[in-house]
Amino acid sequence: MEKDTEGRVIYFDNAATTWPKPKETIRAMVAYAEEVGGSPGRSGHRRAVMAGRIIFEAREALAEIFGCDDPFRIVFAKNATEAINTAILGLLEPGDHVVVSSLEHNSVMRPLRHLEKRGLRLTVVPPGPDGVVEPDRIEDALGADTRLICLTHASNVTGQIQPAASVGEIARRRGVLFLLDAAQTAGAVPIDVREARVDLMAFSGHKSLFGPQGTGGLYIGEGVEERLRPLIYGGTGSRSEFEAQPDFLPDKYESGTPNTIGIAGLGAGVRFVLSEGIRRIREREEELTGRFLAGLAAIPGVRVHGPQDASSRTAVVSFTLEGVSPSEAAMTLEEEFGILCRPGLHCAPSAHRTIGTFPAGTVRFGFGYFNTDEEIDRGLEALRKIRRHNT
Amino acid sequence: MTTKGGHVVFLFPSVSHALKAEKILKEAGVTHKLIPVPRHISSDCGVCLRVEAPLRDEVVARLRGRVTWEGEAPLEGS
Ligand SMILES: Cc1ncc(COP(=O)(O)O)c(C=O)c1O
Repeated sequence: MEKDTEGRVIYFDNAATTWPKPKETIRAMVAYAEEVGGSPGRSGHRRAVMAGRIIFEAREALAEIFGCDDPFRIVFAKNATEAINTAILGLLEPGDHVVVSSLEHNSVMRPLRHLEKRGLRLTVVPPGPDGVVEPDRIEDALGADTRLICLTHASNVTGQIQPAASVGEIARRRGVLFLLDAAQTAGAVPIDVREARVDLMAFSGHKSLFGPQGTGGLYIGEGVEERLRPLIYGGTGSRSEFEAQPDFLPDKYESGTPNTIGIAGLGAGVRFVLSEGIRRIREREEELTGRFLAGLAAIPGVRVHGPQDASSRTAVVSFTLEGVSPSEAAMTLEEEFGILCRPGLHCAPSAHRTIGTFPAGTVRFGFGYFNTDEEIDRGLEALRKIRRHNT
Repeated sequence: MTTKGGHVVFLFPSVSHALKAEKILKEAGVTHKLIPVPRHISSDCGVCLRVEAPLRDEVVARLRGRVTWEGEAPLEGS
C-alpha cells in the first residue's frame, strides 16, 4: 500500500487525552515554573500566595464552567480515576447497593468490583438498543438500601451522551446519591451540576478541559462532604495544630502539596474553553464527527458502534472494519498514514461486552476541537484504502 | 504606614478562604491587604487579611455568610 504520511501526524486520540493543548495552557505552566514556584497555602510569602491564587482561580474557572456557585465544592485530583475512587471508596459500606450502567469505564467498575468482594451489592443496567440508558430502568433497579447511582455522562467507547438530568431527577426524588463520570464530556458538552442534579461529578483535566495530564477533580454537592470520607489524609497547610483531618472544603480532600504547575495549565485550559464558548466547541466537534460519520457510511465493510447521528454523541467514534482486526487497523493507520488512534477495549470491557465487540474491541477515533476537516478527509481516505486492500 | 486606630486582621482556616475573602472585599471596593500572618498570632495557612480598624464592621458584614473566618485580632500601629 502506498505511504501517505506526508511527514505529518494526525492525532485522533483526543478521547484518551487532548493534543495539542492551547498555547495558553503551556504558557501558564511555564509562567508558574519560571516566575512562581511556591507551594500554595504553606506560607505567607509572595510565591506561596501567588501559587495559592493560581489554584484559587482554576477552582473558580471550573466552578463557572460547571454552573457551581461555590468554587470550594471543586476539589482537585490527579485524574478522573482518583476522583471516582474518592467518591466510591469514600461513600460506600459493605451491604450498600449500587446501580450502575453497563457502559462504565474501569475507573468506575474496578473500585465497585473491589467493594463487591467485601459485601457491596451491584446492579448493572444495560442500555436499550439505541445505546441510551433508560432512566426508568435505573429507577426500577433501585431498592431500599441503594446508596448510589453511577453513570458515565458519555461512553468513551460509543460516544453516546446519556440522559444525566433525568437520572439526577430520579436520584433526588428517591433519596439516592448520584455520581456522574464526566471524563468524556467536561469541556466538550455543556454541563450544569444544578440542572443535572448531580451529587458528585468526576472530571479529567487533561481531556476536553485542555489541562495537562496529572489533573482532574471532583465536584462535591451540598452536604455530601458530611458523608464522604477522604481517600488521602495528610498535611493541608491549614489547622496544623491538629492531627485530625480538616473537615472543611476543599482541604478535607486535598492533602499533600498539589500539582500546582498542572493546575496552572488546567486553569488556563478551562479559561480557554470559557472564552471560545463551550457551545461553539461542541458545534465544531459535532461538525467534525458528522463529516466523519457521513464519510464512513459510504465505505463498505465498515461498521459504526454507536449513534449514527452526531448530535447525540461526543466526538468519539468506534468502528470495526470487516476482515481487519482493530489492532491491525490501528497499526496500519499509524505506519502507512500517520494517523494516531486507539484500538482495543479502551479500559471499558463492560461497554464492549454491551455492544458485542468484546474481546477484540474496536478502532476508536477521538476527534478534538483542533482537528481539521482535511484531517477527517484524510482519515476517511485511509480507511477506504485499508478496506480496498483487504477485499 | 500608621493609621489612627490601627488595624484588624482576619484569620482564615485556609489560603482558599483568605483568597475568597480578598476577592469579596476587592469587588466591594473595601481597602484591604493580604499579608503574612504576624508572628504573635497563631494561624497556619500563612496569610491573613488586614483592614483598617474602622472598616472592621463593614468587612464582617461583607464576609458573613459567604466565607468562614476563624478569628480576628487587633494589630496595633502596623
Ligand atoms: C468514561 C471515562 N471515565 C473515566 C476515565 C478516566 O479518566 P482519567 O484517565 O483522567 O483518570 C476515562 C478516560 O480515561 C473515561 O473515558
